[in-house]
Amino acid sequence: MKHLLSIADLDREEILAILDTAISMHEVQGRDVKKLPTLRGRTIINFFFEDSTRTRASFEIAGKWMSADTINLTGKGTSVSKGESLRDTVLTIDAMGVDMMVIRHPASGAPRQIADWVDCSIVNAGDGTHEHPSQALLDAYTLRRSLGDLDGRHVAIVGDLTHSRVLRSNLLCLRKLGAEVTLVAPPTLMPAGIAGWASTDGFTVSYDLDAVLPTVDAVMMLRVQRERMSGGYFPTAKEYAVTYGLTARRLALLQDHAVIAHPGPMNRGLEISAEAADAARSLVLDQVSAGVAVRMSILYHLLAGEGSAQ
Amino acid sequence: MTPTAHQPTSPPLLIRGGDVLGQGVQDVLVVDSTIAAVGPDAADEAPQGAQRLDAAGMVVLPGLVDLHTHLREPGREDAETVESGSQAAALGGFTAVLAMANTTPVTDTAEVAETVWDLGRRAGYVDVHPVGAVTKGLAGEELAELGLMARSRARVRVFSDDGRCVDDPRLMRRALEYVRVFDGVISQHSQDPRLADGVACCHEGELSGRLGLAGWPAVAEETIVARDVMLAKHTGSRVHVAHVSTAGSVEVLRWAKAQGIDVTAEVTPHHLMLTQDLLTGYDPTFKVNPPLRPAEDAQALREALADGTIDAVATDHAPHARQDKEHAFVDAAFGMLGLETALPVVSTLMVQEGRMSWTDVARAMSTTPARIARLTDQGQGIRAGAPANLTLVDPDRRVTVDRARSRSLSRNNPWHGRELTGAVHLTMLRGRVTAREGLVWGEQ
Repeated sequence: MKHLLSIADLDREEILAILDTAISMHEVQGRDVKKLPTLRGRTIINFFFEDSTRTRASFEIAGKWMSADTINLTGKGTSVSKGESLRDTVLTIDAMGVDMMVIRHPASGAPRQIADWVDCSIVNAGDGTHEHPSQALLDAYTLRRSLGDLDGRHVAIVGDLTHSRVLRSNLLCLRKLGAEVTLVAPPTLMPAGIAGWASTDGFTVSYDLDAVLPTVDAVMMLRVQRERMSGGYFPTAKEYAVTYGLTARRLALLQDHAVIAHPGPMNRGLEISAEAADAARSLVLDQVSAGVAVRMSILYHLLAGEGSAQ
Repeated sequence: MTPTAHQPTSPPLLIRGGDVLGQGVQDVLVVDSTIAAVGPDAADEAPQGAQRLDAAGMVVLPGLVDLHTHLREPGREDAETVESGSQAAALGGFTAVLAMANTTPVTDTAEVAETVWDLGRRAGYVDVHPVGAVTKGLAGEELAELGLMARSRARVRVFSDDGRCVDDPRLMRRALEYVRVFDGVISQHSQDPRLADGVACCHEGELSGRLGLAGWPAVAEETIVARDVMLAKHTGSRVHVAHVSTAGSVEVLRWAKAQGIDVTAEVTPHHLMLTQDLLTGYDPTFKVNPPLRPAEDAQALREALADGTIDAVATDHAPHARQDKEHAFVDAAFGMLGLETALPVVSTLMVQEGRMSWTDVARAMSTTPARIARLTDQGQGIRAGAPANLTLVDPDRRVTVDRARSRSLSRNNPWHGRELTGAVHLTMLRGRVTAREGLVWGEQ
């Protein structure tokens, strides 16, 4: 495995290998000295063409704890904003001899294009409205820690699905791990062609959150970007919260063991109520913590694991 | 005045034993700028010193006419010039091209139109007919100087804001009414900008959903086509639908023609042959506007071209400099090359697979586009007395497209590496050989 561009490129065994390695990486987080020598002498560029706090910090910490030299670059003020083509920009960085670029880009597909142009490993840290594979892996890791094997478990993914890269990666990842998935959103926030997609990939679609919640083992709430409200996707924030928000009333619909996930940042009072966000069954902070461990595992499998030299 | 009248002519040429459309295997004699004779006795009329060309197994077509070319000059001479684009056109079998107005400055005045026309005349490989903008600066707000462009030396008859849709229905109505006086036609880029905005970069459907790309729904084209045919009916004017890409648009066109509405339409070779599946790798080479559609749409376009619902094949040749394509998919420029490959694609897809005859090809790529653009000395067929604009095709010769060998200054060639059947052997503009076996006039 040279790149991590999409969950679609991984098979079930590769996903499980990353998740299993993350267990031992997670143990490092509890140590006083959080350092492994595994990637000593390796250079990782976190090239973020789009603002990010948690993902960039998570990748940076993961790299540092594995003794890699990590450098952060942003798209702002770089040659890209001066009119240079994306290809020339990344070729320049690649020519410096780096081992890996962790790419966050506002355009779908950019990491895959970059992987075709450069020699180093590419990790997709979120591309437009396409995928966010490390997020999906850390979500799966977190759910497994809470629920055990995901085979046959039922997960609902709720919210702005059209514009969510988290949705696309999670859908692929959860299905490959054997989970049943239901997508819930108003029709205006469902991705185009969802009916055909659902039929091919074996998931279900619902517009009725109340009907879905009693059947799930986990509900994953996705952020609704407030700018969508002026785009005609739904009438008002109030209507969205009442119809699709995880309100205090809806918490009572969940089974006792069911858990709540949210990739953040959260809009409290819109897609998720404070009661839900802070509930004992909420995994929100576990997801953040797991993020570092899973990203350490990803770096390990790409740069130090078996076959990484390919 | 003919655009290339000042250029030297070729010596008399006797084309022997070619398949002349509708007339079987014949000899064709060209003297000066005219077809002097067609038939078994043509050799008898050949003047002494006439060159002979063995055309056995080849097809003699009237010179091809492209209703939709982007030559980028003035303004983006790094991507294409009138000369480089004209050479590519000649190598592709074309004798006339309509050069779209979205240059810098925009072709929205008689002066710019005459500049483009002059550049074409000086290059001399094909007749370059500028398309005039419908609105000033392509801004969609005020009519451009349609009448002055029509009265200029360039004699503009086709008007288009291509790249943008004339989406204001009142302005479109006025444009249609205005050009009727000089028998002009509005060539519409049918894209409702509210249904498919600037970031819409691939067909809207399951694939766009999976790829996370902003979709360009078929209905954004179809609603404009439907609106425009009704405006054409209301005004009694001619409307031409540029680069039709959806099965729904075909249905609207079929209905409109059955009503007797004066509408014509073109389809590109890439919308006939290529489909959206090519986008899975996010290669901007395949980013085009309108986008590549699903296979069902391509199939409907092929059927509509074969049965005449779609009147013409047009290339939408859209050269782009490397730096304009080497961006993330959504940021890369729209468009792909097409002049050099159009005939081989149509040959491979439509003729070799039995969907069209060469007579049909002549209709769709020469006669009809010349009629739509009101070009009086193009598309006149292979007959004695007609201007000697012709294209000789070797229908069985296979070519593997190599973008490095393109005569265009750009390399955004979606056909690179593909094997196509049917190569252009020779192109002649008013008796002068402009391209032959991969070389243009001056290189032979």
